[in-house]
Amino acid sequence: MVKDPQARIIDKKNWKSYFSLSLESPRIAAQAQSGQFIMVRVSAHTQPLLRRPFSIHSKSEKTVEIFFQITGLGTELLSQKKPEDSLDILGPLGKGFEAGKNLKGKDIALVGGGRGIAPLYFLSQKLRSYGATARIFYGGKSQEDLPLKEKFEKEGFDLHWSTDDGSSGFKGFVSDLFKTELEKYTPDRIFACGPELMMKKISLIAQEKNIPAEFSLESVMGCGFGACWGCVRRIKRDNREEWVKICEEGPVFSGNDIIWEEGDE
Amino acid sequence: MTDLSVDLGFLKLKNPVIGASGTFGYGLEFEPYIDLNRLGGFVVKGLYFSPREGNPPPRLVETPSGLINAIGLPGIGVKRFSEEILPRLQKFNTTVIVNVCGENNEEYASVVEFLDKYDGIAAYELNISCPNVEQDGLCPALSPEATFSAVSLVKKTSSRPIIAKLSPNVTDVVQIALSAEEAGADALSLVNTFLAMAVDIETRKPKLSNIYGGLSGPAIKPIALRMTHQVAGRVKIPVIGMGGILTGQDALEYMIAGAKAVEVGTANFIDPESTVKIIEELREYCQKKGIDRIETLIGTLQA
Repeated sequence: MVKDPQARIIDKKNWKSYFSLSLESPRIAAQAQSGQFIMVRVSAHTQPLLRRPFSIHSKSEKTVEIFFQITGLGTELLSQKKPEDSLDILGPLGKGFEAGKNLKGKDIALVGGGRGIAPLYFLSQKLRSYGATARIFYGGKSQEDLPLKEKFEKEGFDLHWSTDDGSSGFKGFVSDLFKTELEKYTPDRIFACGPELMMKKISLIAQEKNIPAEFSLESVMGCGFGACWGCVRRIKRDNREEWVKICEEGPVFSGNDIIWEEGDE
Repeated sequence: MTDLSVDLGFLKLKNPVIGASGTFGYGLEFEPYIDLNRLGGFVVKGLYFSPREGNPPPRLVETPSGLINAIGLPGIGVKRFSEEILPRLQKFNTTVIVNVCGENNEEYASVVEFLDKYDGIAAYELNISCPNVEQDGLCPALSPEATFSAVSLVKKTSSRPIIAKLSPNVTDVVQIALSAEEAGADALSLVNTFLAMAVDIETRKPKLSNIYGGLSGPAIKPIALRMTHQVAGRVKIPVIGMGGILTGQDALEYMIAGAKAVEVGTANFIDPESTVKIIEELREYCQKKGIDRIETLIGTLQA
């Protein structure tokens, strides 16, 4: 956990409302694990006041990359940053995916919905380096919500995709696509990130088939490092339910521990 | 060499900058970012006697230059604090203040009674002003009588100095301050957050699960500063000012208006190095102005 007040933007990509920024920060890159996040100061002024959390999309020796969608003022300001601008960032923060060398030779499903695909790219690289097979399930509202499709394809991942409107790939939710594919094969493990309802559905599928699954949760955060108690989620701990800080004990949790929100099943 | 130390009478601080309760965790959360030994002190997250869960999310909402929180004082309780946290805080050469909470006067007293057995705590900040634990933001600091009875009972129980933390959600903060002073408070800290709300116009629901929360950040600074000035001019005990302090300049405004020390809150979320930066900015100001001792600046507001 370090603060880098001047992480230089060395690359920026844009697909309609989606952006990626590659930030030069060797100290954060050296520590970054897949599933961890950074807190980015989006304004030097007091509006918006707080930093914004972004999961780490990829890393190299000297850089960490974030991938985001414009969803409000913070991400809009961030999308206006240009290469050579500097950003004040904190990281790497939180606990990432439990994905180690023990997954060698395993068949792993990565399920991402919308901007929730962000941490799964970093994870796919990691899994490949460990000799695991990562299959990618990528869903969006429409074809323009699948900006990273080509990136996964180009790198030769087994990629399955869906759109809610059927403009590309399987028509329907990525959870339905995933369920269909599970009639043909059974992954050894599932990692997922996306909208709440999508993750809840994936979690139910995983529990039904008894496949270990981990989920990266999203939350508004005050600080990102455990000081404000603002980003809590209902989590099972020792047979009890507790409000647990997503920034500190997450953002990645086991599907068996997450209490999903009621409704919309 | 500028002397940044300030003397509260019952407690000498190496500088006037204190991390504010509820924004500074148990202190240890900031260890990766700053040297805690450099701080004037910090106030740990409010402690009830037993562990507490706090409110359901959403607990936070940003507003222009501000933050409304309805965290609801979750915490580990005094036992775990004394076993797991306090021994680690004792290693630091800074002032540790514990923010004391209670659902009633007896609980405030029992927290203090329990913690009195342990070393490494310089004072208690009595949290009689959290707006997020009872309906409509009710708390003792809204009434002079309830303030008097809470402060006097805790003062009788405690072997350590008591700082009463006041609420801004009152008609006349001076009246409450005088009650706390009369009840035996050794110092006052003000202000806690302003009772506030925000509405989602799409769903027409409140943006906080608790409906109301407490507003902090730069948005409240001018009002909090005015209240600090009013109180500092009327009480004899030291006043610790807080509300929206982000920079050395903000801290200086409070000190010139009469605060002997300041607490830095929301700024810690934006930049975990804020407290240390503010100390440096105070030093630079003093050097530039030829001020040898920062204490000589306190309450020097010109007519």
